[in-house]
Amino acid sequence: MNSQARIPAVELSSRDLKHNAHNALGDAQLRGNMRKAMDSLMAKRLASMPDEYEREHLREMGNHVRARALSRLPELLERLEANLTRNGVKVHWAETTEEANRIVLEIAERHQAKQVIKGKSMVSEEMEMNHFLERHGIEALESDMGEYIIQLDHEKPTHIIMPAIHKNARQVADLFHDRLGEPYTEDVDALIQTGRRVLRKKFLEADIGVSGVNFAVAETGTLLLVENEGNGRMSTTVPPVHIAVTGIEKVVENLRDVVPLLSLLTRSALGQGITTYVNMISGPRKADELDGPQEVHLVLLDNGRSQAFADGELRQTLNCIRCGACMNHCPVYTRIGGQAYGTVYPGPIGKIISPHLMGLENTPDHPSASSLCGACGEVCPVKIPIPSLLRRLREENVKAPDDPHKVMRGQGSKYSPRERLLWKGWRLLNRSPWLYRVFGFFATRLRGLTPSNLGPWTQNHSAPKPAARSLHELAREHLEGK
Amino acid sequence: MSAKANILAKLRKSLEGTAPVADDYDVDLVTRPWSYPAAERISRLRQLMEAVHTETHLTTAADWPALLEKLLADKQLPSLLIAPSTAHGAQLAAHFAGREGLPRLKAYDRPVEEWKAELFDDTPASLTGTLGAIAATGSLILWPTREEPRLMSLVPPVHFALLKASEVYDNFHEVQQKQRWAAGMPTNALLVSGPSKTADIEQVLAYGAHGPKDLVVLILEDA
Amino acid sequence: MSELFYNAAPNATRVAPPLPEPRQYPAQKPGNAYLFGTCVLDLFFPEAGLDAIRLLEREGIQVHFPQEQSCCGQPAYTSGYTDEAREVARAQLALFAEDWPLVVPSGSCAGMIRHHYCELFKDEPATLRQVQALAARTFELAEFLLHICKVEFKDRGQPTRIALHTSCSARREMNTHLHGRALLAQLERVERVEHDHEGECCGFGGTFSVRMPDISGAMVADKTRALQDSGAAEVVSADGGCLLNINGALEKQHAPLRGQHLASFLWKRTGGAR
Repeated sequence: MNSQARIPAVELSSRDLKHNAHNALGDAQLRGNMRKAMDSLMAKRLASMPDEYEREHLREMGNHVRARALSRLPELLERLEANLTRNGVKVHWAETTEEANRIVLEIAERHQAKQVIKGKSMVSEEMEMNHFLERHGIEALESDMGEYIIQLDHEKPTHIIMPAIHKNARQVADLFHDRLGEPYTEDVDALIQTGRRVLRKKFLEADIGVSGVNFAVAETGTLLLVENEGNGRMSTTVPPVHIAVTGIEKVVENLRDVVPLLSLLTRSALGQGITTYVNMISGPRKADELDGPQEVHLVLLDNGRSQAFADGELRQTLNCIRCGACMNHCPVYTRIGGQAYGTVYPGPIGKIISPHLMGLENTPDHPSASSLCGACGEVCPVKIPIPSLLRRLREENVKAPDDPHKVMRGQGSKYSPRERLLWKGWRLLNRSPWLYRVFGFFATRLRGLTPSNLGPWTQNHSAPKPAARSLHELAREHLEGK
Repeated sequence: MSAKANILAKLRKSLEGTAPVADDYDVDLVTRPWSYPAAERISRLRQLMEAVHTETHLTTAADWPALLEKLLADKQLPSLLIAPSTAHGAQLAAHFAGREGLPRLKAYDRPVEEWKAELFDDTPASLTGTLGAIAATGSLILWPTREEPRLMSLVPPVHFALLKASEVYDNFHEVQQKQRWAAGMPTNALLVSGPSKTADIEQVLAYGAHGPKDLVVLILEDA
Repeated sequence: MSELFYNAAPNATRVAPPLPEPRQYPAQKPGNAYLFGTCVLDLFFPEAGLDAIRLLEREGIQVHFPQEQSCCGQPAYTSGYTDEAREVARAQLALFAEDWPLVVPSGSCAGMIRHHYCELFKDEPATLRQVQALAARTFELAEFLLHICKVEFKDRGQPTRIALHTSCSARREMNTHLHGRALLAQLERVERVEHDHEGECCGFGGTFSVRMPDISGAMVADKTRALQDSGAAEVVSADGGCLLNINGALEKQHAPLRGQHLASFLWKRTGGAR
């Protein structure tokens, strides 16, 4: 059999980022697949935004549109609810993922639903909705091709836009052969047609369609979804009930606000001027219409977002429009892939949003797993200062447990009295010219005694040997010699 | 307190003492780079749509039924889903009336529940109108109606769309303004920019993921 | 920088600062300049600091090197130890009191002073004004040579091929890659070759390299491979941190290639004697 090792279908813990990363770095297939995919995505983005003036000003505009929405979030959420309700959509609010799942389950039970078909939704991943529904005897099937592949292999998405980007065609061919009993083929067209055939039947049978939301427009009460495959349209149109789930931050004020955001989203994500489908849903089927769901529900989920919202700086995290560009450009993500993070949202945005969703105690190493190279901030279409926010989270992460200023769940999870003492020593050294001079003197004069094992540093480097004399000495001699 | 009350209370508290960010929406930025001389709109639209495997044809208000007849024959399509109560549906029905050997014309004339299986399994093609198109992105504008419901442009593997050349707009912003979208949206509105596609396997582009494998746009130059 | 925020309520919704205008440079070369040597150069690449002084002196500038200087504070800042970083930064502030340019032969340290000091001192209005004034006269070395000294180098070396690596913060905060390339382009017998993923981080990131040695190690392994595969005979960088990382990795791999500081390379190529 043409069998190739697949990533074992185990759930990686967000608390083991370093360990997960270590394993991922050793997976040559993963490294190769990821590098190739990310290089291509970076090139596509740039090709779709060749005009620097337009690109940079549009990013600024995207930032302002999102900031304006956040600055009036409670009011806009109420307006969204009022307009959706007027349009016949039922709006639900959930503080936690448990509450959100309950809401979905109640709707499903009311309709005696047995099968749920899902368009792509990262919020439903946050909720672990599939597992939840399955525990209650309801089948939940992913219909996005990438998500379907992942679900078939009992994996978690590795990327928020391209969930199966870490797999190559051979791995998918194996999977379809093993799980679906299809004749083995690496032909991508044939593989996709297999998926189409299986899923069309499911669209037909499903009792409920679930989707995410890209933008919720307060002004008109419209849920806007972008996609290329048409599975989103299928999921939101064919079954008699449509449930959309989204985070409370996804609201924008006006329909026109969508124009710059949509352009930024599709170009940043895949280098596309627009996706194949932009699906704008403003209500269930009307009495005289012949299709569309009889019921449309929107579940608005908080799940830690209001914590990020409480701080003016951290609030910027919620600008995110989930394009994935930060991951595509991240040298860390490119090397370890998305699953190593052990979180729903991987990559740079994941490192700044996950601590709010899950607590820093569950994501202790995420803020540190960045060289702060700034590539993410440079491409973010809504100008989230991701490196600054990572730095800020590091600050929250090393706070003393008794710090009276409570900012976030799990703060101080990396607090170490020993490390704090080290930095206090560092401060003393760098604030005392006398001490600094003595240190410099001994470091240079005793350079021969530099230990060859400096822990993690010498894992990748030979031990750095100080110069024979410091710049302080050389400069003094040089400048005073004149 | 309800979840809603809790969430809103938290958000409101976080915003205490702050002012909303001003609305500095820059219309120029989303329109000027995306504006075209009238003569270029159609060619840009065609170029963009063809780049993503859409078939486009220039024709006229009088000639399109004959062109469609030929395309149906070329593609060996045995039937076509139409909306006879629309002007274009009636025009096509009249063109087909009383002639032998043509594809069968079907109407979407009952709720989907009554013929779901047939729609999915035995409806190879459909014809719908459009509310125009967007040159900037190569997109058709569809507002499904009672006559041409949502699934008509999604489920059949081949979708023919009629577009009046006079209704090609420059950009999405212009469409929203000229068609006064903010004043009231239909239950479902769509921008369709090609046949269904995916690149989820190794970024290899494949068409016909879930929706139509073929999108054919008939552009009526004198309409 | 982003002065906008500082008068707003602390929990105001932030908007991105306006797009930066191209930096304006004084038309006249100054008679005096400070050099901020940086802690990494101080201990590990002191000759590079000295070469920076020599390059400036050759332009007729009197260089001042306050002996009390130490570190810009960046290591603690990026590690989340903001208070410690602020106090070390404060110690530096007092040392550069004259209204002379502050030249920094390291892009990331220059970026720290120019961009992040304002954030550090945002709650201290009086210090903030001082910091803003300092930021306005802080220049990375390559930038200073190119735009203020308007150097015109005469190449006196043998033909060579080099690769230029610029640190990420230098590139993104100070445009050091553009300045470095422009300076190197003046050297007619120096051919600059591109290396694979040139704009990508070398994996240093200060304490990142010891907190996440596996990931950092994979990054520097790729970077050193790209540099070696580029066909360059020499590697040049204007950032001490990257040089420490790249050279340490090359040495560990027993590779013959080593990176050198841009200041040293320029000084040697242009006939400077040591």
